[in-house]
Amino acid sequence: MLVAALDFLLLSFLIVCAIAVARIRDLISAVIIFAAYSLVMAIIWQMLGASDVAITEAALGAGVTTFLFIATISKTKRTE
Amino acid sequence: MEDIVVRAVSRLIVPFIQLYGLYVIFHGHLSPGGGFAGGAIVASSMILYGISFNLEAGSRKLSHDLSSLLESGGALWYLLVGLIGILLGSNFLANKIAGVPLGTPGQLLSSGIIFLLAMGIGAKVASTMVTLFYSLSGGEDSDGNRT
Repeated sequence: MLVAALDFLLLSFLIVCAIAVARIRDLISAVIIFAAYSLVMAIIWQMLGASDVAITEAALGAGVTTFLFIATISKTKRTE
Repeated sequence: MEDIVVRAVSRLIVPFIQLYGLYVIFHGHLSPGGGFAGGAIVASSMILYGISFNLEAGSRKLSHDLSSLLESGGALWYLLVGLIGILLGSNFLANKIAGVPLGTPGQLLSSGIIFLLAMGIGAKVASTMVTLFYSLSGGEDSDGNRT
């Protein structure tokens, strides 16, 4: 019961994050929301039993990808 | 950006991230993770060092020449280790079929050539990401100034 509630909470957060990333105009905010999306996605991978994917998602999605996006934005414009 | 808190914390935490990354690489056949995930963790520790100090200090620790050497060396190492299977009279990357001694299950040195392959993959992934980081963060910004 508690696990199902946590699943529901995480998945609804994931959906809200995904819609917000697509809708928001400020690209830095979009990157930060995308990092939060990746972190929650890593937790969900771990809950589904895919620890290997969870480690990769946490290291790449929340860490390296975020920085590469910010480095790209700092060379271009901040708003869409 | 000169922040004493960020510098002190990153100086403290970078060795532990690198140790964890090496653990994930070397225990790829025993626990979740492997060459790619461990290499990404090692690379993220170097990126953390580079953004919390400055880019020059980061490139002094791992120069571009060494990084590209590691990158192509990792791929070459993978190829050479894969050829062991052919040399022992079987297919490319063959492990148990080619008669490589597998050791005891559950031990670190227990998987034949997979352990050696993970080392090559880890070195290649880590150096590729560090190279990507320095290529993106160096150079010109949006106003055309050299940074």
